[in-house]
Amino acid sequence: MRLSGYTALQIREKLLSREIQASDLVGQLFKWIKDIEPNIHAFITTCEKEALEKTVEIDKKIINRQKVGLLAGIPIAVKDNICTKNLTTTCASKILHNFIPPYDAFVVKRLKEEDAIIIGKTNLDEFAMGSSTENSGYKITRNPWNHECVPGGSSGGSAAAVAADFSFLALGSDTGGSVRQPAALCGVVGIKPTYGRVSRYGLIAFGSSLDQIGTFSKDVKDAALLLQVIAGYDSYDSTSAQVPVPDYLQGIESGVKGLRIGIPKEYFAGGLNAEVSKAVKDALKLYENLGATVVDISLPHTEYAVAVYYIVANAEASSNLARYDGVKYGYRTGESRGIIDMYCRTRSEGFGNEVKRRIMLGNYALSSGYYDAYYLKASKVRNLIKSDFDAAFEKVDCIMCPTSPVPAFKIGERANNPLEMYLSDIYTIPANLAGIPGISIPCGFSKTGLPIGMQILAKHFEEKKILQIAYAFERETDFHLKKPALKGLTG
Amino acid sequence: MLSVPSVAIKLLKVVNMEYEVVIGLETHAELATITKLFCGCSTKFGAEPNTHVCPICLGMPGVLPVMSKKAFEYALKAAVALNCEINRFTNFDRKSYYYPDLPKNYQISQNYYNLGVDGYMNMSVNGSIKKVRIHNVHLEEEAGKLIHPEETGADYSLVDFNRAGVPLLEIVSYPDMRTVDEVESYMQTLRKILLYTEISDCKMQEGSLRFEASISLRKKGSEKLGNRVEIKNLNSMKSVIKAIEYEAIRQSELLDRGETIDRETRLWDEVGEKSQRMRSKEESQDYRYFPEPDLLPVMIDEKWLSEIKNSIPELPLDRKQRFVKTFNLSDYDAGVLIEEKVLADFFDECVKILDRPKAFCNWITNDLLREVKDRKLDINSLLIKPKQLASLVEIIEKGTISSTIAKEVFSEMVQTGNEPQKIIEGKGLAQISDEGLIESVIDKVIAGNPSVIEDYKKGKKNALAFLVGQVMKETKGKANPKMVNEMLIKKVGV
Repeated sequence: MRLSGYTALQIREKLLSREIQASDLVGQLFKWIKDIEPNIHAFITTCEKEALEKTVEIDKKIINRQKVGLLAGIPIAVKDNICTKNLTTTCASKILHNFIPPYDAFVVKRLKEEDAIIIGKTNLDEFAMGSSTENSGYKITRNPWNHECVPGGSSGGSAAAVAADFSFLALGSDTGGSVRQPAALCGVVGIKPTYGRVSRYGLIAFGSSLDQIGTFSKDVKDAALLLQVIAGYDSYDSTSAQVPVPDYLQGIESGVKGLRIGIPKEYFAGGLNAEVSKAVKDALKLYENLGATVVDISLPHTEYAVAVYYIVANAEASSNLARYDGVKYGYRTGESRGIIDMYCRTRSEGFGNEVKRRIMLGNYALSSGYYDAYYLKASKVRNLIKSDFDAAFEKVDCIMCPTSPVPAFKIGERANNPLEMYLSDIYTIPANLAGIPGISIPCGFSKTGLPIGMQILAKHFEEKKILQIAYAFERETDFHLKKPALKGLTG
Repeated sequence: MLSVPSVAIKLLKVVNMEYEVVIGLETHAELATITKLFCGCSTKFGAEPNTHVCPICLGMPGVLPVMSKKAFEYALKAAVALNCEINRFTNFDRKSYYYPDLPKNYQISQNYYNLGVDGYMNMSVNGSIKKVRIHNVHLEEEAGKLIHPEETGADYSLVDFNRAGVPLLEIVSYPDMRTVDEVESYMQTLRKILLYTEISDCKMQEGSLRFEASISLRKKGSEKLGNRVEIKNLNSMKSVIKAIEYEAIRQSELLDRGETIDRETRLWDEVGEKSQRMRSKEESQDYRYFPEPDLLPVMIDEKWLSEIKNSIPELPLDRKQRFVKTFNLSDYDAGVLIEEKVLADFFDECVKILDRPKAFCNWITNDLLREVKDRKLDINSLLIKPKQLASLVEIIEKGTISSTIAKEVFSEMVQTGNEPQKIIEGKGLAQISDEGLIESVIDKVIAGNPSVIEDYKKGKKNALAFLVGQVMKETKGKANPKMVNEMLIKKVGV
């Protein structure tokens, strides 16, 4: 049975009122997954047995009227670059094909503390490097709205899992748009919180100064619920912020009267698909009708963002991925002559092409004689991009723009053109460089029926404001209620 | 300790006198913290392989480092003790290279903003003070250790990560040293500073203190430095000296033949007492340093810095000078006292109780050190306390026991930690100063040695010493020797 009619908050009510049992819910969910997943390929690993075991425990708690967590009995999918204790975590890479972490990521620990049911680990671009989930070392995930299209990436598996009703909630990670872009392409809600809002402990690093764990959900209130659980200080992450976490659901319906919305002119320039442009502009009109004011702004260093990003992220990645050498865990080549040969073979065989490309680019940018010209220069420009946002937020309360310049593209269409693929994240990358929070919410559909997403950005730690603004739109529209038609093996 | 002069003489003999040897040292010291630099694992030495490890120090996917404030403070203390300028903004950088003992294949170190720069260390070389400049002091993480199987033809090696992540202090000197005497003094002085400040336990045999040397030669009077050769794998101070000596000879021979010196890194072979090329400058690694994004920069404010400054004790060289000035000790004696901080502390405690510096110095530098050596005692856990030694000195001055008995009492004190008074009473060692008692013993000795008395009367002066000895023997050494002497002379007459 497809559980498309409910959000996590609604299911939570039904579970707590004992209208349904978690074990039934998860049992039905896995039937649906087994039926539909062969056409979607959202998961690398599912854990039905463990999930069902956990539901028995939760059901017992509910029946005995014991205190239960915020996510009691609610199924959730976790991107496979987030470590789960005793559950294989591959990062969609052959090099970690057999890696079973002996620890939980901070966010996974939080999910378990709040009694969520982890149903599986979702597919991604290998090491989160990509915008289409085509770079997975295992499988290509399909967009539930059109199986010939990509779900976006790198958290394509998580976005597809929520869009296909495999899960009510999912976790992803966003280094340059990897939550927001697939959320847009799959027609779901995706938040990238402020850098430091959610602990990165246990998130397998790609670009450490950019990586941030984010949420996928069917609507804005569910996003608030999940963010509530994962946000907060963690002493195991030095970059996690000691800023109090507000109640995200409280006051979420307070509207946008008097809100000043900034529209960066640089984001509506060439390369933007006309349908996407129109959908976002329509959304802005709606906001004006709701009492907000639209203000033209400029983020003058936007054109350098993609270049800066691919220097900083790849430099960090080249170092973060150095540990996969076959010595301690993960894949090791079969035959080798000496340690250097073992390193070379292991890494040549274990990593995919995109990962190798980025490691080489990153190492180049850091090498002696080039550091100043590339990495150091990029760091300086990154500060200019941050200043652009600081200046803009003096004038406006939030910034709105498309999440992705195009709706979902065809599988294979951009796979052989890395540069074109890199431009998929042109609107999402600046927020990572500046460390500010952003959300993508459904705001329309293309003529061919593909979802279109709109992005809302605000100042550091203003997730609550973003959720309020997003909810004001969602309350007036039904884009988030539309569901892809899905046919399974059993018809 | 190494006999420095012999090496120096040998070096002077073999190195052509027209060259000047220019030496710099790089020192690595493991900090004496209980936990590792970026995780909570123990730093204890000697555990079973891979038992002091966790996902963080093993560099497993997704884990993050969190800096130990204690380790940072120790490093800061070292930088201050070495008179460095302290960077108020410091951060960590990643140093990338592949080696199986390095879990992440990068080492978290400091490169762009070292903790301390441009310092110096004063040291005493052959009685005069020499200043060596310190280029920088920085903090980094230790690597693990490779274990190569002993069986021949084994096609594997093992890695022990217990040491990986232990906080490591690196101290880089300028190439300010010219002789092995200076190098020896640099190593000893630095070691003592680290011990005095309790920053490191400096156990070279456990690898917690290590040196690397860089050596170049230049024509005497020339300003330009020659090509530098770095030497690694120096496991003792002795190896450092031998390797420098070897390298100076090697380079001088090359230069004598008109050849040039390659900039390279060489490995010292301790058994063969020679070095071999490890890699040339062209092959040298590009470490691709960049700021560690997983750690926040550390800002050092005035308050913190002054707390650190106040926590630094009097350093060895200052202490030595104070001992010489205030207590009139000889340069040599003061040197022996400051060699071990516990001894210097012991001495300071003693003179605080009783103003007899010379006596305490003698007891400590002669008797105490001999007891420690003979009985193989741990100098850091002595049973005897300063207050007890002060009591002993007082007792001797009162004439309660003779100096010979005092040595016996002292030995007992060192072994048991008992009060001297208690030992003297318990063993009945108090000096006999009762005239009647001594007289009766003297009479007995005189009666028993008529021939010796005759000898003495004939003018054999040492016969008296024999008689005194006999009296002392009869009284088990307890008779007051001065009284015995006087009374004997009186009795026997001249």
